[in-house]
Order: sequence, then C-alpha cells, then structure tokens
Amino acid sequence: MSGGQRALRAVPGWIWAALLAGFAAQVGLQALRPPPATAAEDLPPAPRAQALRAASLGEPAALARLAMLYLQAYDLGAGNALPYQRLDYARLVQWLRAILDTDPRSEYPLFAAARVYAEVDDPARCREMLAFIHQAFLEDPNRRWQWLAHAALLAKHRLRDLALARRYAADIERLTTDPSIPLWAKQMEIFILEDMNELEAAKIMLGGLLATGRITDPQERRFLQGRLEELERRLASKP
Amino acid sequence: MPPALLLARSTLTEARRGGLPWLALGCLALAFGLAAFLSQVAVTESRALQAAVAAAVLRAGAAFLLAAHVAASVVREANDKVTELALALPLSRSQYYLGKLAGFGACGACLAAASCAPLLLWAAPGGVALWGVSLAFELLLVAAACLFFAITLASVVPALAATAGLYLLARSMAGIQLLARGPLAEESLAQSVARGAVDAVALLLPRLDAATRADWLLYGSPAPAEFGAALGALLLYSGLLAAAGLFDFHRRNL
Repeated sequence: MSGGQRALRAVPGWIWAALLAGFAAQVGLQALRPPPATAAEDLPPAPRAQALRAASLGEPAALARLAMLYLQAYDLGAGNALPYQRLDYARLVQWLRAILDTDPRSEYPLFAAARVYAEVDDPARCREMLAFIHQAFLEDPNRRWQWLAHAALLAKHRLRDLALARRYAADIERLTTDPSIPLWAKQMEIFILEDMNELEAAKIMLGGLLATGRITDPQERRFLQGRLEELERRLASKP
Repeated sequence: MPPALLLARSTLTEARRGGLPWLALGCLALAFGLAAFLSQVAVTESRALQAAVAAAVLRAGAAFLLAAHVAASVVREANDKVTELALALPLSRSQYYLGKLAGFGACGACLAAASCAPLLLWAAPGGVALWGVSLAFELLLVAAACLFFAITLASVVPALAATAGLYLLARSMAGIQLLARGPLAEESLAQSVARGAVDAVALLLPRLDAATRADWLLYGSPAPAEFGAALGALLLYSGLLAAAGLFDFHRRNL
C-alpha cells in the first residue's frame, strides 16, 4: 500500500457514527462493570511447587514474586488488614510454602508471613503462621534467622507465650553458624529467660557467652557484663 | 451473490488452500497429545485435567493460527497489489473490508468448530457447544484486531505483535486490576496513579478472561446472563475494531 492519508471527509458518515458509538458503548460497558474483586473465601487451594516451577517456563524467581502479588491481592481490596482474619490460613500457609519452594532464596513469603499474616489478633492463626516460619527457618537457618527472630518477638509480645519465644530464640542460637549474624539475635534466649524469671539459666548462658570471647565490641561487652551483674544481684536478693 | 460475500468465500478458499487446516490439525494433535500425557501423570481428576489443558491449548492455538493467517494474507495482498486490483472493481472500500472480515470470521468459526471435537471426549456436549460458540466470537475479535493492525501497520511482524499484545493484555487485565488494587504497600500518589492508569486501560479493552472459559467444560454451562454478557462484549469490541479499521482504510491513499 502506498503511504499518505486522505482527508477525514473521505470517511463515510456511518463509519464515523459506528466508531463513536462503538467506542462509547465499550467504555460505558466497562465502566458499568464492577471492578474485579476477590474475597477471602475465594482463595483456591495452593498449587504444588513443582507445578509452579513448570508453569514458570524457567523463570521461578519471577513467578514466585508474581504468585506473591496474586496471593496478597486476596482480601486486601479495602486496604484493610482486618479481613486477613477471614482467610483460610491452612491454604494460605500452603501457598506460602509452595512459593517459597519455588524460589527458596526469596524473602517475600517469609516477610509476608511474619509482618502481615502473623500479626492478626487471632492467636490460633498467628501460631499457624509462626509454625510455618519456624519450619522454613529449619531448612535454611543462616538465611532465615531474622524471620524467626521476628517470630520470637511476636510469640513473646503478642501471644505472651514465653516458652514458644524461648524455643525460637534457642533455635537461632543453636542452629545458625554464619558469623555475620548479629549477637543480639543469638542473645535473645537470655533475655527471654530473664522475662521468664529463669534467672539462673539466664546467668549461666550470659556468663558462658562472655567467657567464649565472641563478644569483641567493648561497649557491648560492658553492657552484657552489667546485665550479668544485675542478674547476680537479683539472684542474691531472691529468698 | 453480493460482492462482500464473494470476497468472504474467496478468503475462506485461500485459507483452505494455504494450509490452515493442516496447521489446525497439528494444533489438535498437540492438544490431544499433551492432554493424554498429563492424564497419565495426574493422580486424580484426569478427565477434568485433559479437558482444561486441551481447551487452553486449543484456544490459544486457534487465536495464534488465525492471527498469523490474517496478517500474512492481508500483507501479501497489499504487497502483490491485489488490494488495488480488488478496489478497481465495482466494490466499495467498506464492502472489501467487511467481506475480508467476514471471511476471516468464518475461518475462525471453522477453527472453533474443529477445536470442539476433541473436547467432546472429556466434557458434556452442552458445555462444549457454549465454549465453541464463545471461541468463535473470540476468534472474530482476533480476526478484526489483526485485520485492523495488518492494514494499518502494513507488515506481518508488527501486526502479529500488536494483536498478541492486545489479546494477552485483554486476557490478563482483570488479574492486573486485582494486583493494582491490593498491594501491601502504603497508599501513595504513585500507587494511585498506577491504579488509575490500569483502570483507564481496562476501559478500552474487552474482558477476554470472561469468555471461552474452561470452567464451563468442567463445572457446567454458565448462566445465560453471564454467557450473553461475554458474547455481547466480544461482539461489541469486534464491531469497534471493524469501525476503527474501516475508518483507517477509508483514509488510506491506495
């Protein structure tokens, strides 16, 4: 075809009318249609990680993140965190599990689990999410310790379950081997023991930690030494 | 016979002689083979799996084959000056354009009918019939889009790319809108702008995700209102594309 355009008046009137009417009808129809929405109850069963990997066409990292976007679209329509409580948490955990297995290095599923889904007011759902985080931590402690540390804080402050918090803190201390992990994470158990009034155990752990010589920062060493002395004082004053 | 119908018939003949039936047969074989393979792997719902996978492959395959055929046919006719020759006959531009569109639409209907055949093995005839009718209308939309792009862009690859872009965007628009509405990030100006842009684009696209659904094969036929709304939207958008194509075709210097 040769280039160039003829004048607009070359277009018959009925085509103008059809084009304008069609455009108006299309926009009107779409504007009248309610926006797509999902409800908490609509969350379908999670696919298996193998299925997600197969569907990713060799891009599991991209698909895992897209799957997280899909998942978070559930029950967030009003930008309101409360409706999370209506989500089927068993299915939600299956989704997070499948997405994490699709891309084990992604932090997204654990971030959402720890910072969003675990922070509901329902203790049972919170525990379900904390259990998922703990299980994920056991698979790769050096990479996922921070999420378990957050889980320990949630167990302590939100659930007020110090035994659970201590178990998580102890796992961080026991299972992580990466020297770059900050000492506060490794010392969490000591402070939880203090909260549990297990002063003797806390003193032994703190003393042991100081004796290993792993704490090289003088400020930190002085702070922990102070805590140890305070523990000893409290123990001495105990009847 | 009216000239537009003659043109439609010649378009169908061209498709038949151009190997489109063989490609459609290949697509059917691919869908059938994939469904048979997956049914061996599945531990449950094997019939549903076969129906769903075959339907998805056939739908995408038919849309691609028809778009490729339309783009190649229109661009070849333009390059061979067949279009000028046709318009030198007592045939208006509108008759030419609508005749071609009718011919391509008929090709789409044939592809849709062929696509239904293997699905009858795994799904109820009623659901398959509705799925097939919906696919025929969807393929009419694809033909209208590709005809518009092929005449406007006058090249095969850009026309195919534009058609594929429109088709994929229309099929995923509902999902994109959902994502735009439900991010965990805090409300911000950028997010509001992004959401508004997505909603604006959605106004200009057909909702292909609501048409030709494999659900209809697995869980029974859709409600009449739902089915009618899906077909009506497809027809409306096909008409809009045809009007846009006619507008451009009438303005073109040939």
